[in-house]
Amino acid sequence: MFEKIYILWLRQLKRYWRSKPRVIGSLGQPLLFLLALGYGMGAVFQQAGKGDYLDFLAPGIIGMSIIFTAIFSGIEIIWDRQFGFLKEVLVAPMSRLEIMIGHTLGGATVAFLQGVVVLLLSIAVGFGPIGWIEIFPALGIMFLTALLFAGFGVAVASRLNDMQGFQLIMNFLIMPLFFLSGALFPLEGAPKMLLAIAAIDPLSYGVDALRGLLTGSYYYGLPLDIAALAGAASLAVAAGSYLFSKIQI
Amino acid sequence: MAIIEVKNLTKKFGDFLAVDNISFQVRQGEFFAFLGPNGAGKSTTIKMMTTILKPTSGSIVISGHDAIGDSDRARQSFGIVFQDQSLDDELTAWENMDFHGVLYDIPSVIRGGRVKQLLEFVELWDRRDDLVKKFSGGMKRRLEIARGLMHHPKVFFLDEPTLGLDAQTRQHMWSYLKNLNRTEGTTVFLTTHYIEEAEQIAQRVAVIDRGKIAAIGTVEELRQETGTDSLEKAFLKLTGSHIREESAGDFAARRMRLFHGSKKN
Repeated sequence: MFEKIYILWLRQLKRYWRSKPRVIGSLGQPLLFLLALGYGMGAVFQQAGKGDYLDFLAPGIIGMSIIFTAIFSGIEIIWDRQFGFLKEVLVAPMSRLEIMIGHTLGGATVAFLQGVVVLLLSIAVGFGPIGWIEIFPALGIMFLTALLFAGFGVAVASRLNDMQGFQLIMNFLIMPLFFLSGALFPLEGAPKMLLAIAAIDPLSYGVDALRGLLTGSYYYGLPLDIAALAGAASLAVAAGSYLFSKIQI
Repeated sequence: MAIIEVKNLTKKFGDFLAVDNISFQVRQGEFFAFLGPNGAGKSTTIKMMTTILKPTSGSIVISGHDAIGDSDRARQSFGIVFQDQSLDDELTAWENMDFHGVLYDIPSVIRGGRVKQLLEFVELWDRRDDLVKKFSGGMKRRLEIARGLMHHPKVFFLDEPTLGLDAQTRQHMWSYLKNLNRTEGTTVFLTTHYIEEAEQIAQRVAVIDRGKIAAIGTVEELRQETGTDSLEKAFLKLTGSHIREESAGDFAARRMRLFHGSKKN
């Protein structure tokens, strides 16, 4: 059973590693955000008395690269459906749950690795974590966030037959999840409406935990962050498993 | 003994009846063909039997397992070669084969040998480390067949297996399957719209048209039943040799058929 999950996991990694444009493209965007926003907004942020903007921004950008990569990996199921490979997996002697776990873990691992690369990238452009020990629990948060959104991607992809809904997902799901999460701006002093939305956006907790661990400033606090992330991840994986089990060709 | 038992199987897409209350049995060790024109409901039936499409009503039992209620168990006993591509383009030929071997519980000791044997068999061994996306259509088809034959299930489903396949590979494939049938008692269920193929390969044939089984039996029985001297004539007699009148209802049904066909592929 584990060998089958492993092979599906390995497939995701191989596919990711082989599509070099995707690897490079997915590093370009975070880099652009770090440089343009990090340096561009730095002075204003400093004047407002909030400290170094790059330090504030880097955890948010790590969160961004994780959510994008994780949801896309989940959504690859639509490609598998269109190119036929999904059939090969669905008729194999294994349960739908095993397929879903393999695919989700694969997507989560890819997104996690992507997050690690962006972390290194942000350190290279000037981000300074408060300590090196804190990076290890931060890695755990990154994986949990990746798992959450990979499961979420599978759930969404299970309901779609083709890529036509893709723009919709991008503009009405991924972008709002990212922009309303407090990845780019501090939640302290934000309007109530925005706070309410951020509170139901699971990425907020992932970014908050990363920011807390790496820079020392929390908004929600680590226990709430972990509880929210774990709860949302369980929910996403459960929903993904259920919807995936209903897939028909 | 029946290894496949289908009872009152029906599949509706909206108002369109793709499969209309069909029942049949396939005996263990038999070569059984579903013969019918395009859009007769063959692929829809095979999809339901291989657990990737849920029937509207009816029952399917494969090797003693309920393919609808206990699909995980049912999948243990069959293998399938699809009509259209189901390979992973981003993997190499060897990886596609090896992954399939893992998914189908082929022990690693025999997996490597069998991958080599079958890739040589379809003359793709030299290209084993190339990504499948670099392959031509014919090469992909051959790889698909080789991969499908990797494990030895109780029942083989072949959906239009010879579509896009060269004569050499076709011959190879049938002799390979006949050999498996002899040594392991493998049952083969195929769909085809080639009358000669059904005639040469199948011990029993079900003629299916517009979602219904028009007749079922050996080629000899079908000839006698229709009072004709060849399967082709029997087939035309059963499905109608005249070009069908295109009434409004037919047109709508054909559109539904086209729509669902393209949606699912």
